[in-house]
Amino acid sequence: MRRLTLVTGLALVALLVVAAVLSLGWTPHDPTLVQAGQRLQPPSWSHWLGTDRMGIDLVSRLMTGARSTLLVGVAAVLLAAAVGVPLGIWAGMSRGLAADLVLRAGDVLLALPALLLAILLVAARGGSAATVTIAIGVAAIPVFLRLANAATRGVMALDYIDAARMAGISRAAIARRHVLPNIAPLLGVQASASFSVAILAEAGLSYLGLGAPAGSPTWGRMMRDGQADLFLTPWPALIPGLAVALAVLGFNLLGDGLRDQLDPRLREWR
Amino acid sequence: MSIPTQPAEDESHPARPPSAGTAFNTTLRGLNVLQGLAKRALWFAGSLLAASGVIFLIVQTLPGDIAQATLGLNASPEALEAIRQRWGLDRPAIVRYLDWLAGLARGDLGSSYRSGQPVAQQILPGLAVTGWLVGLALPLAALAAVPLGAVAALWRRRFPGAVASGLSQVGMAVPVFFTGVLLVVVFAVELGWLPANGYTPLTGPDGDPAQWWRHLVLPVAVLVIAQASLLSRYVRSGLVEVMTEDYLRTARAVGWTRWGALRRHGTRNVALSVVTVLGLQAAALLVGAIIVEQVFQLPGLGSALLRAVAQRDLPVVQGIACLLVVAVLTISFLVDALYLVIDPRLRSKARR
Repeated sequence: MRRLTLVTGLALVALLVVAAVLSLGWTPHDPTLVQAGQRLQPPSWSHWLGTDRMGIDLVSRLMTGARSTLLVGVAAVLLAAAVGVPLGIWAGMSRGLAADLVLRAGDVLLALPALLLAILLVAARGGSAATVTIAIGVAAIPVFLRLANAATRGVMALDYIDAARMAGISRAAIARRHVLPNIAPLLGVQASASFSVAILAEAGLSYLGLGAPAGSPTWGRMMRDGQADLFLTPWPALIPGLAVALAVLGFNLLGDGLRDQLDPRLREWR
Repeated sequence: MSIPTQPAEDESHPARPPSAGTAFNTTLRGLNVLQGLAKRALWFAGSLLAASGVIFLIVQTLPGDIAQATLGLNASPEALEAIRQRWGLDRPAIVRYLDWLAGLARGDLGSSYRSGQPVAQQILPGLAVTGWLVGLALPLAALAAVPLGAVAALWRRRFPGAVASGLSQVGMAVPVFFTGVLLVVVFAVELGWLPANGYTPLTGPDGDPAQWWRHLVLPVAVLVIAQASLLSRYVRSGLVEVMTEDYLRTARAVGWTRWGALRRHGTRNVALSVVTVLGLQAAALLVGAIIVEQVFQLPGLGSALLRAVAQRDLPVVQGIACLLVVAVLTISFLVDALYLVIDPRLRSKARR
């Protein structure tokens, strides 16, 4: 049962990655080819998932869309971790007034809903993949900041840290050699969970028309376009939404599975 | 939508001295709660100030000349200058910020660049729509989450538990716009039972309670599905935690039934999880509402915000963003306060 969670998660994530990588070289049809005669086709042998209102093959668009989903997700999580983790470790090790202030600032950021921050940022800088990435990444910083800080505090209370200190090892070296490897698994689990948040946020923003510009094949934008023809055929709106759901489910299950593997105490529970 | 990390579980139960002078202790505890509340109120005000600064900073860097965008490309330089002066755009940003802040303190959000109406008056109708949406979804989600989480916890190694857990996983992964469109396809397009989009106010000249209800069913259901899925996970881990506690075993040993012991000892624990997550999820719920409003074309705050962003109507953007942040902070303040009341362990901690 536990293994099943991990394996299902891995399989879904692998599917996403394979689709994205494959789309660089091959898609069943041209993902930009407009065919007026093929509008809103239901799923068939030549178009496995049907076509959209422009006659573009949905499988091909989905595969191309997987690229931007992954790219924005990876970049946003990396941004959040790159800022949040070092700050969190530093705050957890030093525990001064400055560290307190940093943590408080993180809490304030947490009060700004991610999508609101994204809407404001996108409005200020115009919709582009980069803006969306920055908005999602910035909104996720406090999560990594808090987690790294809490985990670091736990590690700092251990005896071997005292031993390392007494041996005269510098704080930076302690952080690198002892703290980071210890908290890395936790951060990995969080990264997996943050991926699904990022994917949902990216899809939500492009659904609202605030993401990458019109015409670019993001899953959210595909849903938005498909919704216009809902009374004719539901496929073009539902299929990209299903893709988002599967990707998010994949990263959620992967995160849960990893956590269970890491913490045998939790395995009993969940 | 953000998925919060697991609520911090306090595993150490600090040994408490046996209570001697009961009246004295009660007073002391009351003081602790008050002190804790005062501290949180201060924190609330500080966050609000910081958040207002962030909002102003982001909004004021919007590209393009606001005056030009409003009057069009053919406007004369004199007219542009006049409108800049009228809106105070010729003043330095810090002065404008302080001016806006002073207005906020008086409850004055400024006037819309587009319509000239006071911002507060302009966003009030939207506030009612979003308020109904979130206000109905929140309690219903909590109501739905408790049985779902309880089934998942009590039969956690058997079929019903697996089904309940699976449902909550799926509900969490599915984006709100997908649920929304799916419900529209089923209930509006196929069955034709409910309208696909739009809104009718409950009261007022155009008010019609029956139509109001019909227009809100699907949007509220979408939010409830998303929130209940997430909440039920916390109900489940809260209950499972209680079930592995020694005191529950003791309760069973002294003759309580499984249900009786859980009701007596589990309720508070689960209430804590639910309250915590509701607080953390307030932001997600409001943001979810923005998307749901788009799916169902409801004239709520989210729609007003998106429209104002597109029109570069800065006072309205700032006003709505601020309102949303105030709502989020207020909810988390209330949750913290409720926490102090529910959890006796935190009362002594409030002192620190």
